[in-house]
Amino acid sequence: MTLLTALARLLIFPGLLFAVPAAWFFLWVERKSVALMQGRVGPPFMQPFWDFVKLLGKSTPPRPGIAGLLMRAWPLIAVSAAAGAVGLLPVLPSSGGFEGDLILLLALLELPSICIIAAGFSSRSIFGEIGSAREAALSVSYNIVFLLAIVSIAASQHTFRLEALAAAPNSPLHWLGVLAILVCLPAKLHINPFSLPNAEQEIYSGPMTEYAGPELAMWELSHGLEWVAGTGLVATLVAPHIAIPLGAAWLAACIFVALCVVIVLLLSALAAATARLAIDSSVRFYWQCTLIFAILAVSSAILMRIRS
Amino acid sequence: MNLLKRLMCTARRRSPWLFHMNSGSCNGCDIEIVAALSPRYDAEQLGVRLEGSPRHADILCVTGPVTRKAVGAVKTVYDQVLGPKAVIAIGSCPATTNVFIDSRTLDGPLDKHLPVDVFVPGCPPRPDAIIAGVAKAAQILAERGNKPPEAVVTLVPESEEEANQ
Repeated sequence: MTLLTALARLLIFPGLLFAVPAAWFFLWVERKSVALMQGRVGPPFMQPFWDFVKLLGKSTPPRPGIAGLLMRAWPLIAVSAAAGAVGLLPVLPSSGGFEGDLILLLALLELPSICIIAAGFSSRSIFGEIGSAREAALSVSYNIVFLLAIVSIAASQHTFRLEALAAAPNSPLHWLGVLAILVCLPAKLHINPFSLPNAEQEIYSGPMTEYAGPELAMWELSHGLEWVAGTGLVATLVAPHIAIPLGAAWLAACIFVALCVVIVLLLSALAAATARLAIDSSVRFYWQCTLIFAILAVSSAILMRIRS
Repeated sequence: MNLLKRLMCTARRRSPWLFHMNSGSCNGCDIEIVAALSPRYDAEQLGVRLEGSPRHADILCVTGPVTRKAVGAVKTVYDQVLGPKAVIAIGSCPATTNVFIDSRTLDGPLDKHLPVDVFVPGCPPRPDAIIAGVAKAAQILAERGNKPPEAVVTLVPESEEEANQ
């Protein structure tokens, strides 16, 4: 991957220029579909954009000292990490990539959640600290399954290169891994039934309680970009392998967006149908119910590797 | 520059986030605020979101006649809402202290302590009147911008249905 293609991927497609409107669009799809399922009309199409612009125009409380500096830095780090993760997705055919970009993607996907934990603690609000503690407990539980699922997919193909994984033939093991990633996505995106860290009305807004104005706008944006990155990862793994000529890159992009929207709708249906679980139930769900399947997937992937 | 101002004005009008504060209300108005967000009235069409933290909110919705215990809390929460902001007094209690008038436990009405932008009368007001009040407050917010609030008092008429009765 040359510097030029890397910059193009980070800044244009599927990076910032595409990902930011896509993030607003997915946030709208989520809110609108939940509203429709609840028998409401829901927010207008431009709502996430208006929310973002309005938050940019609000003032922030004075934040003196190093804690204030950190509080301003966390949302920016989260946004850049999530945007970088979207930029790494192999959406277009033969768009380049490098050996081991899967590991970088996993690290970038994890950064926003670490930023949220740090943000809650550096805001020194009691509600922020409770939210951060919950996020940390949740992150430890779902990440085991999430990482094992990705490792099982990567081990069965014997590569850590995203493009090779996206082009791999779809085996039952592959689908098992995708299913495990899908089970982890609600916790990663903080939607019901795992909306524990930012549990609205229960602990005010969790780690975001003290954030306001432009900082909050950055958190909303990073949340939207996490939606794009999370659903985009699944979309690239399940995308059908049709031979797309180089000139018709828009077709690959359209398939990608359509698959993402389908996954967003699936997750919204889950969010609308469930209520928030308690933290112990959520942790138990990941450690007891899904961990076994993830370990099975990894061991069968390694066994398949040894036999072949 | 002008374009940016217009964009910000529209954004403020279209995305009013509420923080709901009870200053000793009987809970009647609070139920009506929740009803305004329910499927039947669906205030989210106007971009309304009920926020958990006053830091996120643009519009402070106060219910109740402001008891002496609640005065400090009302002022603190008003200061925690960051500018530009607006205040809606929901129900007759924060406007006039209603049936609790002359009670020694009260320190109301609300506009003694905060600059109130919109009064929504009623005991309790109907959800559509609350939504009309929020829309009015969002309009005021958009026009006023970062200027400090002057005590603009706008009475929102009762909904047409009630007026006809």
